[in-house]
Amino acid sequence: MDVAAAPWVENTPGRGRTGLDWPEVWHYRELVTFLALRDVKVRYKQAVFGLLWAVIRPLVAMAVFTVVFGRLVHAPSDGVPYVLFAFTGVIVWTLFADGLDAATTSLVSNAALITKVYFPRVTVPLAGVLPRLLDFGVSLVLLAVLLVVARRPPGPQVVLLPVVVLWCVVLAFGVGLIFATVHVRYRDAHHALGLLTQVWLFASPVAYSSSLVPPQWRWVYALNPMVGPLEGARWTLLSTPPPSVTVLLASLSTGLLAVWAGVRTFARNERRLADVI
Amino acid sequence: MTGNTTIEMHGVGKRYRLGGTAAPDNLREALARGFGRRLRARQPPEESREVWALRGVDLSVPAGATLGIVGRNGAGKSTLLKILSRITDPTEGRSRVRGKVGSLLEVGTGFHPELSGRENIFLNAAILGMPRSVVARRLDDIVAFSGVERFLDTPVKRYSSGMYLRLAFAVAAHIDADVLLVDEVLAVGDAEFQRRCLGTMETIGNSGRTVVFVSHNLDAVTRLCSTALWLDAGRVRAVGPTAQVVDAYLLDATPDAGSRVFADDPAAPVALASVATHGTSGPITGRILADDPVVVDVALVLREPIPGLDLAVSVETTGGTRLLDESLSEAGPPTGPLTVAGPYMVSLTLPPLLMPGEYVLNVWIGTTYETFVWESAAGWLRLEGSHRGRPDRLLSSQGTWTVTTPEGR
Repeated sequence: MDVAAAPWVENTPGRGRTGLDWPEVWHYRELVTFLALRDVKVRYKQAVFGLLWAVIRPLVAMAVFTVVFGRLVHAPSDGVPYVLFAFTGVIVWTLFADGLDAATTSLVSNAALITKVYFPRVTVPLAGVLPRLLDFGVSLVLLAVLLVVARRPPGPQVVLLPVVVLWCVVLAFGVGLIFATVHVRYRDAHHALGLLTQVWLFASPVAYSSSLVPPQWRWVYALNPMVGPLEGARWTLLSTPPPSVTVLLASLSTGLLAVWAGVRTFARNERRLADVI
Repeated sequence: MTGNTTIEMHGVGKRYRLGGTAAPDNLREALARGFGRRLRARQPPEESREVWALRGVDLSVPAGATLGIVGRNGAGKSTLLKILSRITDPTEGRSRVRGKVGSLLEVGTGFHPELSGRENIFLNAAILGMPRSVVARRLDDIVAFSGVERFLDTPVKRYSSGMYLRLAFAVAAHIDADVLLVDEVLAVGDAEFQRRCLGTMETIGNSGRTVVFVSHNLDAVTRLCSTALWLDAGRVRAVGPTAQVVDAYLLDATPDAGSRVFADDPAAPVALASVATHGTSGPITGRILADDPVVVDVALVLREPIPGLDLAVSVETTGGTRLLDESLSEAGPPTGPLTVAGPYMVSLTLPPLLMPGEYVLNVWIGTTYETFVWESAAGWLRLEGSHRGRPDRLLSSQGTWTVTTPEGR
């Protein structure tokens, strides 16, 4: 036995911890995959439409936006057919909002695991966000079909789409960590989140273009960390004007701040989750 | 010393807050209180709402040892395991473990009803920290051990509870761990399952891995563990060789272990003085082995001669099933020995018929026409030892077997 040579693993009072043990999370990457796969499998078991639901929801949202904002309000859409404009916005927003929601509820729905087995807790919200990528992928296929029908092939900037997607996922994860931590103690967090995402949706350029915002206020508007990725997604997929550097910097800085706050909040409370869940 | 230990704990304590006052349960309350705190002067902290589930625990376990943890409900046994396994952090002190830690805290933790048996094996193994490649290699072993081959691709929600348990235990039994933490696995399942669990645990214990085992089943603890730790109200009461610790725990757990004294009634023609039980190997340990004959001593005072006086001792299960009802007259001459006034000690020696467990003793003294003493639950009998693999039976006759062939070869 080489146990004598193995390093000690300490368990000391967890107060005041501010960082996560990322190498350990990497060590548990298989668990993240399994938990994410479990989510996917379970969600679409015994559902006749299965993965189709991933497209139905954004399609309905797009239809509503098209009627209300496209037809009635005549919201500007940066020279792109409003249907395409809205659909792109909706699927990117859905990726973010669903990921955020899944991350928030993930800890409580895995309470049985958290109170019985040790593993880095952050794997749970991480595994909650990742399955949303599959839904996004399915929606993206539909968008591709729409683009072909509309004869609007994306430009070479489409290679930057993964960056935009990563941005959304990391943001959902980071903000999700804050809500997930609060949700463990106060179930109000989920209700509050529902309200927040509703307001946030209309504070983001999903159903309308940010060109509605006066230019001198754009950077303030872009402090909403979803402005950058939404404009970026439309630029890569629909060839609308690219987001300005100011917008990118503003969104990126608030986004990173939110992610940093999320990781910090989570790390501070990680060791005590099993006691309060 | 430290060169060979795998588990070390120094002054480990864990404090829990109780109730809703110390920790507001919804945001509104938390916010309200937050503002309140600003406005009002600081209130004294509510110490009374806090409970130390563990306090000042020092522990050092050498590699390859099997440590049993005994104690009453709420003594902190599970909290200790949770700190060892890092599920929760200690409030004070530090705990450290060397090598890979595996927890077998509750059979089937992490199983998802919608997933198939195969999917659950991989998921559960990942939760227990086993790499996919290792599981794939051991899949056949795990499946064979569980005995659910035919249902491997069926969602586990369609499994019987027995199949479910077997599969879960099969995964847990195949995890690679230098230190295995086991909590009350034997609390579930039928006799067959429990026997299997115990057997596997024995194998694991003998394979040089360090095992920490928590159970209310003292029989299992005695069988599996070389060392035992007795926790009482969050503190360590004793650590040492299992037999000694378990004995001390049992003595403490039943303050009147083998004996009960009754208040004298001077007016009664016959009065019960005391009832005591002990094994034939000696009353000192307070521990009676099921393999030994059991002696029930009934002390009584006879104040006047009563013709045809008889005494009976009956043994019941704690559930109230009467197993034995032995009377003095059955053994001796019909007139009976209790003829002259004075103190008597009547002893009944029972052959080792009863299986380990708890029994209630009743004492009756009277004649065919009259009952003078009827004391139900006059005494307790707690038998220790091994079920010898059959925990379901109450009695073992130790009857003799013979095997012959019809031809008389």
